[in-house]
Amino acid sequence: MSTRPDTHRVVVTGLGWITPLGHSVDAAWQRLLRSESGMGPITRFDARTFPTTFAAEVRDYDVSKFVADAKVHATAGLNSQFALGAASQAWAQSGLANYTALNRKRVGLYLGAGEGVLDFDQYAAANLAGWQDGATKLDAARWADVAHKCLEQMREVEQEPNMPLAHLAREFGIRGPALNCLTACAASTQAIGEAYSLILRGDADVMVSGGTHTMIHVLGVTGFNRLTALSTSKGDPTKASRPFDATRDGFVMGEGSGMVVLERLEHALARGAKPLAEVAGYGSSADAFRITDIQPEGRGGAASMHQALAQAGIDPLARRIDGRAAIDYISAHGTGTKENDSIETRGVKRVFGENAKDIPMSSIKGMMGHLIAAAGAVEFITCILAIRDGMLPPTINYNTPDPELDLDYVPNVARKAKVDICLSNSFGFGGQNDTLVVKRYE
Amino acid sequence: MQRRRVVLTGLGPATAFGLGIDPLWAALVEGRSALAPIRAFDASGFRAACGAEVPESFDVKDFVLKSYRKATKVMARDIEIAVGAALTAVRDAGLTTRGTDPDAPPTIAPNRFGCQIGAGLIAADLDELTAALWSSKGTESQFDPEKWGQQGMQDLTPLWLLKYLPNMLACHVTIIHDCQGPSNTITCNEASSGLSLAESQRVIERGAADACLSGGADSKLNPMAYLRQELANRLAPCAVDADATKIVRPFDTAAIGSLVGEGGGILVVEALDTAQARGARILATLSGTGASQSYCEDTVGLVPGTNGESLADAIEAALRDAGISANEIDAAIPYGCGVPAIDAIEADALTRVFGARASSIPLVTLAPNIGATVAGFGAIAVAVAAKCVMEQRLPARLNTHATHGVCASASPSQAVALRHVLVFSPSLGGQNSAAVISRYESHG
Repeated sequence: MSTRPDTHRVVVTGLGWITPLGHSVDAAWQRLLRSESGMGPITRFDARTFPTTFAAEVRDYDVSKFVADAKVHATAGLNSQFALGAASQAWAQSGLANYTALNRKRVGLYLGAGEGVLDFDQYAAANLAGWQDGATKLDAARWADVAHKCLEQMREVEQEPNMPLAHLAREFGIRGPALNCLTACAASTQAIGEAYSLILRGDADVMVSGGTHTMIHVLGVTGFNRLTALSTSKGDPTKASRPFDATRDGFVMGEGSGMVVLERLEHALARGAKPLAEVAGYGSSADAFRITDIQPEGRGGAASMHQALAQAGIDPLARRIDGRAAIDYISAHGTGTKENDSIETRGVKRVFGENAKDIPMSSIKGMMGHLIAAAGAVEFITCILAIRDGMLPPTINYNTPDPELDLDYVPNVARKAKVDICLSNSFGFGGQNDTLVVKRYE
Repeated sequence: MQRRRVVLTGLGPATAFGLGIDPLWAALVEGRSALAPIRAFDASGFRAACGAEVPESFDVKDFVLKSYRKATKVMARDIEIAVGAALTAVRDAGLTTRGTDPDAPPTIAPNRFGCQIGAGLIAADLDELTAALWSSKGTESQFDPEKWGQQGMQDLTPLWLLKYLPNMLACHVTIIHDCQGPSNTITCNEASSGLSLAESQRVIERGAADACLSGGADSKLNPMAYLRQELANRLAPCAVDADATKIVRPFDTAAIGSLVGEGGGILVVEALDTAQARGARILATLSGTGASQSYCEDTVGLVPGTNGESLADAIEAALRDAGISANEIDAAIPYGCGVPAIDAIEADALTRVFGARASSIPLVTLAPNIGATVAGFGAIAVAVAAKCVMEQRLPARLNTHATHGVCASASPSQAVALRHVLVFSPSLGGQNSAAVISRYESHG
C-alpha cells in the first residue's frame, strides 16, 4: 500500500537568520567570528528597575522587506515577523521559490516557536480594573467588561504558539504536515530533528523548520528573574553573558529566529539544488528528574547525544582514520548558568570520554543571547557555517577558567579548523533534551 | 521493511465526566451532557456563561506520590489534568512506574519510555498575578513598571513561570513516571493531541522508544484563556440560566457555535511487539496517522481553511498510512464543535474523502456532551474510538437535527460492527490531524 519513497538521506538547502547580530546569515556570522556582542539595554519596555536591565534585541527590523505582500501578515506578532524573515532567506536560498514543479502537499513545516507577546499595558489595565484593595480573587465580570474593550481580537489570536506556522504556510503555500513544538529552550532543535524524521519516514520531501521566539517582555523577564536564571551583572551588558567562565551568573535573553529548509537528498539533486550540509542524526530524551534542576550527572543530555551519534553511525569514543576525534565541533547549549555549563560539560565527557578534551565546544549565547525556543535552530545553522568556512565561533567573555570545566571552549576568538562533523545540543527547562548531528555533504 | 506496529494499551481520558474511560463511555452511551454554568470563575460577562468542567472531586494530589505533592503547587490546571490523566492511563494499562510504585521494577524501562503531550497556550492565573500587580500600580491606577521591577515582582513565587510553560505537562509526567525517552510538547491548538499521538507512533516505529505516554490536555476555563476562545469566534451565546446541554449542535443547519470543555487525555501508546511480550491487554491499534496544513484566507486560520481540501489530505494520508481505503472506515469522530464555519470544512472534507458515503458514515459528536476540548480533543477522541472498536458500539448523539449532508443527527447509542474508526481535527492556525483507530485482531 505504501507509496513512500525510499529515503535515507536528508540535506539542508537553505538557511535564514533574524538575530540580534543582524538580519542575514552572512552579516551575523561575520559578527560572531569577530566576537561581537548583541547585548544592550532593554528598549521594549521600561526595565530600569528590574534585576536584569539588558538583553540582546533584534534592532531595526522590518518584515515587509522579506515578504511578498505585507498586508497578508499585517497582524503578525514579533515571533511570526522574525520567522517570516528567517524563513524567506532560507526559502530563497533553497531555490524552491523558482521550482515550478514543487508539490506543495509534500512540503511541510515543523517549528519550535514560542508563544506570542501580550499587549501588556492593556492586559494589566484589565486586570487592575477587576481588582480592589483587600481582594483575593479577580472580579471576572468586571474584568470581562474592561477586557472586551481593551484587548484586541487579532492581538490575542496571534499569541497562539502555532501562529508562525500559519504565517509561513500562507507565505510559501505550504500544504503538507505542519507542527509546532514548544519544549522551552530545546524547541527548535527538536523541531529540526522531528522534521528530519518526517522526511526519513517519507511523509514529506521538503520541510521548513527552525524556531522563533522573543521573551523580552515584562512577564518574560519577570519570570526568568524570579527563577534567578538571568545574569544580573552590573556594568557593561556585553560582558554579562559568560558561558563556561567561573564567574558566570546566568543567561542573557536574546530574540529572533533561525530557519532551515530540509530536503530529501534525491529531491534536492533532481532539481539541481546545492546541499549545504547533511543531517546525520537526531536524539531526544527527558531528564525525568526535577522541573527546576538538571540531572546532575548529565544523564539526559548524554542520552540525546548518544542517540544522535548512533543514528549518524559515529562511535564517540573512537578516533577517525586521520587521528581526529569522532567529531570536530560541539555547539554547546552553554547558557552561562552555573548549573547548565557544569552539567553539560559533564555530559559531554560522559559521552566522548578521552576524546572530549580534543573536541572544541563553544557557546554563541555570549554574543547572541539566549533565543529560548529559537536558540537551537540558530546554533544548528552555526554548525553548518562552521563546516562551510572552516571557522569555529568563540565563547566570549571567557576570562576566569572554572577548575571543573576543563574542555576547549574556543575562548574569546574565532578559530580556523577543519570541520566536517558537528553536534548541536539544546536542553530545555523541565528536562527535555535534544541533539542534532550535521556533517559535510559529500 | 516491515513497519513496527503500534497499539493502544491504556486509556486515560479526563473530561467533565471524570477521569478514566468508563465514566466517559457510560455518559456518551446514555447521551448525557456535562455542559452547565461555569464554576471556576464568574463567566457572566462573557458570550457564554456555560462550559464543561472536570469535576470538583478531581484533586491532582490524589494522582501523585506524597513525595511529589509539593510540586503540585506549581501546576496550572492544564498540567493537573495531564498528571491525573497520565496516572489513569498507566493504571488502565497495568503498568508499574515510578509513579505507581517507586520501589518496584518498572514495566517499561525508563530509557524506552517516551512522552508526547500536546498543550494549549496556558494563561497566567489572574488572581495571583493581579494581587502582585496591585501593589505596583501608579497614581492613575495604571501599571507602573518601575514599582514592579523594584518590588511587585517579588510577590510572585520564584517558580511562577514554570506553572505556565506548555512543556510542563510533559515534564511533570516524565518526572512522575520516569519516562527518559524522547519527550515533546506539541502546540497546534485543536490538533495538538492528535499530532502528539502521531508523533508517538513515529517515535515507536523508528525504535526510539517502546511505549509512550501520549495525548494532551487543556483548560480554557479561566478568564484570559476563555476570552481568547470568545475572540476566536468559538463560543455560542449562552446565558447562565440557559439549558447548556442543548446549545451545541454539530453540523446542524442552525448551529450557533460551541461551548468549551476542559480536559484531555493521556494514552499508553506501545509497540505491538513489546506489548505482546509483556502479555499486555491490547485495546486497539493505532494503524495510521496523517497531517496537513490548510490555506487560510485570513492567514491565521480563525476559519481553518477555505474548504475541506487540506483536511481531506490529512485524512487520506492517515488512510494510506493505515494501508486501508476510505471504504473500510466504519465511523468517524470529527472535532464537531458546532461552529458553522468549522463544521462546514469538516463536512466538505468528509465528502471529498468518502464521496456518496459521506452522508451515511456515522459520526460521533463529543462537543454536545463534553464541550469543545481544544488541545485535549484528539486524545479524548482516540480513547473514545478505541472504546468504540472494543465494544462494537457507537455512543448516542445529541442535539443535531437537520444536517449538511452528514450523518450526525441525534440518535441513541447503537451496536454496530466497527473495524476502523477515523478521528480528525482542523485547528485554529490551519494544522490538520487525522488518525485511524482499528479493532485489534491478534491474528491480523
